[in-house]
Amino acid sequence: MSETRNSILTKLRKTRDAHPLTPPASDFAPIEAKQWAEEERLPRIRRLMEAVHTEFLDATEADWPAVLREFLAHEGVGSLIYAPATDTGKRLVEGWDASSTALIPYDRPLEDLKPRLFDTIEAGLTTTRGAIAETGSLILWPTAEEPRTLSLVPHIHIALLRADALYDTFLQAMRDQGWAQAMPTNVLLVSGPSKTADIEQTLAYGVHGPKRLVVLVVHP
Amino acid sequence: MDGNAPDFAAASRAALADPQLRGNFRRAMDGLMSKRAAQFSDAGEWHGVRALAASVRLRALSKLPELLETLEETCTRNGITVHWAATTDEANAIALDILHKTNAKLVVKGKSMVTEEMHLNAVLEKNGIEVLESDLGEYIVQLDGTMPSHIIMPAIHLNTKQIAHLFKRKIKDAESREDAAYLTDLARRVLRAKFQAADVGMSGVNAAVAETGTLCLIENEGNGRMCTTVPPVHIAFMGLEKVVEKLEDVPPVISLLPRSATGQPITTYVNMISGPRKPGEKDGPREVHLIILDNGRSSIYADPELRDTLRCIRCGACMNHCPVYTKVGGHAYEAPYPGPIGKILVPQIEGLEKRGAMPHACTMCNACVEICPVKIPIVEIMGRLRVEAVKPSGAVKDGGAKASRTEAMVWSGWAAMNASPTAYRVATLAMSKLGNAAPSSLPMLKEWTNVRTKPRFASRTLHDLARAKGVPDV
Ligand code: SF4
Repeated sequence: MSETRNSILTKLRKTRDAHPLTPPASDFAPIEAKQWAEEERLPRIRRLMEAVHTEFLDATEADWPAVLREFLAHEGVGSLIYAPATDTGKRLVEGWDASSTALIPYDRPLEDLKPRLFDTIEAGLTTTRGAIAETGSLILWPTAEEPRTLSLVPHIHIALLRADALYDTFLQAMRDQGWAQAMPTNVLLVSGPSKTADIEQTLAYGVHGPKRLVVLVVHP
Repeated sequence: MDGNAPDFAAASRAALADPQLRGNFRRAMDGLMSKRAAQFSDAGEWHGVRALAASVRLRALSKLPELLETLEETCTRNGITVHWAATTDEANAIALDILHKTNAKLVVKGKSMVTEEMHLNAVLEKNGIEVLESDLGEYIVQLDGTMPSHIIMPAIHLNTKQIAHLFKRKIKDAESREDAAYLTDLARRVLRAKFQAADVGMSGVNAAVAETGTLCLIENEGNGRMCTTVPPVHIAFMGLEKVVEKLEDVPPVISLLPRSATGQPITTYVNMISGPRKPGEKDGPREVHLIILDNGRSSIYADPELRDTLRCIRCGACMNHCPVYTKVGGHAYEAPYPGPIGKILVPQIEGLEKRGAMPHACTMCNACVEICPVKIPIVEIMGRLRVEAVKPSGAVKDGGAKASRTEAMVWSGWAAMNASPTAYRVATLAMSKLGNAAPSSLPMLKEWTNVRTKPRFASRTLHDLARAKGVPDV
């Protein structure tokens, strides 16, 4: 097998050296030029994401758990899975008792949670590491405490977005946050609920991932 | 042509005679073209980002062997097992070996054109492993027992009614409803059960980052995330050209791919995977494998002109804009990659003996070149392959396969005629006097006159007419 590897690499090297290729310089200016004034970023993100059926809720640092509670009650959502070890998780549970939505901690490996996660739990809550104005995309940065499937399996994904963590472009976000030095197991950009147009180009939402994406904007 | 070689002409004739199929493609391609155009309304932005994306791909190709080595190193450091395959048989064997070791019975797959190239599904099924395509379009095509007709929209050749009938026939308890939302939900129910139960998830790779050992996958449905997150083992397949140097090289590619492909600003999910589940993490596969496939790509790379084929980011825009593809549809090509990119890629992978017709299925209108986000000179490469088919340089598999004595004689006769004024005069005079008497069934005329009227020769040559007008010296 390593023989295959070596023969492929040797061939590539030999033929490249026989006909070297000088690429033009990569000028990132056309992407760097994409900038929006601070007050324009959130409305733009909202407009782009609403165009693909994302829902938005507005809250403050003080009242977001209550806003969420009310929303879930209003929508008749019976269960919400969350990350208990994160700051957000700890805030969430304070004063939740009165709610009609059951809170389920994601506190064990997926294998021990699979049937419930797929078949009964209705919503999942995650944080974000900001959002991108150019395309209307949330940055999701799953961790050991906040697993990947929280934002994937339940029918409703609720994402907490701090209104002061907005970037112009994907490129700017990855540079400012130093991604290249510390890529986690999985990073995601999420720009709406799951969708498909594979049946005669008719847009349908909720094919495999969440059917609904709700962005809970926390204003400073 | 050997008995097994696909017959593009016959398949196109059949497709052209199917008004339903032509309607399905026409509608879909018109929609895709106008949505794409709306995304690139700012010409300055399009030119700038396009030049950047082309430079990213060219830089990657300029350092291809080094970047592949770095990718292997960084992936390995991240806990991804890297495998190399020279041929599709080798890649299939590697995949089977992993499946056997993990005792896998059920595989769920996200969209991967490389596995189409490998005919992986057939191989797995032959080995008693159930494999399920999970991209809705691929799922439809798999249920129907056919092949994708477009690299981005695999089931674009079918309309809602046809899909409703298919589901009714193949899925238990399906109602007969011609409603995209209902059909989508039906597929959701079937496939969610499979994601949960699958032993292995498979996917393609849109870009692999050498710097960080990251596999990037873009998609709208979430099935790619399911396949790469839920099953205990993930196997990713990539052609060896898919590597990019730096993480920063990803945004330009991601900026152009979805806009070119479907006219959306970005796909719903951009999924960047840099390893299996780490200790303490609660989900994600415990093993991630990356299979890097050559399958003729290193030979394409060897030729400085043909090498540009490997810039491709598989957006499918060239198909959407191709007048031939739009008329005959994807199946007429009988190839994993149809349309313009298919016409240059497939003959180089499979050889000109089998695929010599493909580079001719082109009007050279240049529409694909104008919209290709990484500026591949598709039409030039097409021309080169036509030449290779008759005058081989040795760069392309089965070069010279279409060489014909008669054709060579005709061309040398034509050259001689044009080189001598006397020969030219005699020949044109003969044609103007006798040309119209030649029956259209003559062997060499037949190809042309089959579908067109035979042109009439003028009774006087151009030179003759010019002389009569007093033009001196002709
Ligand atoms: S050749 Fe260009 S237009 Fe065609 S699929 Fe590849 S990148 Fe897209």
